[in-house]
Amino acid sequence: MIGVYHPGSSVIHRMPALAKLALLAATVTATALVGSLPALGIVAAATLGLFSLARIPVRVAWRQVSPILWVLAFAVPVQWIFAGWEAAATMGVRLVLAVALAAVYTLTTPVMATLDAMQVLLRPFARWIDPDRVGLALALAIRCVPLLADLVREVLEARKARGAEGSLTALAVPVIVRTLRTADHLGEALMARGVDD
Amino acid sequence: MSAIRFDGVSHRFDDGLVVDDVTLELTERRIGIVGANGSGKSTLARMVNGLVTPTSGTVTVDGLDVARHGREVRRRVGFVFTNADTQIVMPTVREDVAFTLRRHRLDAATAAARVDAVLDRFGLADLADRPAHRLSGGQKQLLALAAVLVGEPAIVVADEPTTLLDARNARRIAEHFATLDEQLVVVSHQLELLESFDRVIVMEAGRIVADGPPEHALDAYRALIG
Repeated sequence: MIGVYHPGSSVIHRMPALAKLALLAATVTATALVGSLPALGIVAAATLGLFSLARIPVRVAWRQVSPILWVLAFAVPVQWIFAGWEAAATMGVRLVLAVALAAVYTLTTPVMATLDAMQVLLRPFARWIDPDRVGLALALAIRCVPLLADLVREVLEARKARGAEGSLTALAVPVIVRTLRTADHLGEALMARGVDD
Repeated sequence: MSAIRFDGVSHRFDDGLVVDDVTLELTERRIGIVGANGSGKSTLARMVNGLVTPTSGTVTVDGLDVARHGREVRRRVGFVFTNADTQIVMPTVREDVAFTLRRHRLDAATAAARVDAVLDRFGLADLADRPAHRLSGGQKQLLALAAVLVGEPAIVVADEPTTLLDARNARRIAEHFATLDEQLVVVSHQLELLESFDRVIVMEAGRIVADGPPEHALDAYRALIG
């Protein structure tokens, strides 16, 4: 779900990050308020149009949207049982659309542009919130996803090599310890690059 | 060349003294620090840009006390870590290099030109928009070095920069080190990397046990480790 910039020169790529963020917020909010499936169908068609306009290859778009399907595989049947098929379908489509629209933003916007947009957005609150720090936290969150995925993969392999495949402790303890150590190293690297100065 | 001075510097962690009363002046262009694990060499290197503050004594860079003028010192001193993965903070190659320049407050065109130039110099231009985490180990270390050098530091400190690399990538990093105009302080276990340096310091149990031209200092280190 957390995409990485897909370079391009489309209209969407060239739009200011702040305008894209505002449109994303407005569209996702509207999608959450719309209750009818036909109306959501129109939003879905428009979202496909945005991917096409941004010239995002299908495989890249699919990589961004597909992880939410695992969540829906559990959430939709539960919703169906308790609230009926229409509510389940509406929830499912809304979630897919929210993720797809967010993917359009992340695939067409470099993180540095998001940092700059954050600075502008939070400037009125600079007395209470450091815009640089908020932007940096966002960028680090994106950066840390593959870092943590690699870390978990390595621990899973080590656990397998030691024949402890079923042990939750053999997974949780090294993952937590290594995550904290990685956070320490990342903090040190940020300090070395003058982030706290 | 810049002058890095350690004056009666000691550093104590919970489990004991790791740097023990070191007094040293580094003015050569390329300086190597070598020693066994736990000898205090990495702690000493980290003190140069304030990642570690000495328990006693002072470290100065061009007369600036690192403990009191951290910001100015870090602008002069770039640091390359052993594991590039934890040094890369931005999702793409170009963004990570550009991140260094945020504190320089340059205009967009100047910053972009400097980023492009350094990416080109390190053979990373074709990978500029790639996710940084998908680079090979050698490319990541080159990116880490590029991200430091784009800030145009006067001194580059590298803590075991080739330890996690295979021989070919270690050689590539060494070749790039050889072309640097900046003053270079490298902590390494790979003695061949330090053979062409101007000065090598050997550390053991927090103290300097040999210091001089590589042909003498490295022999002393080999004798020390048997």
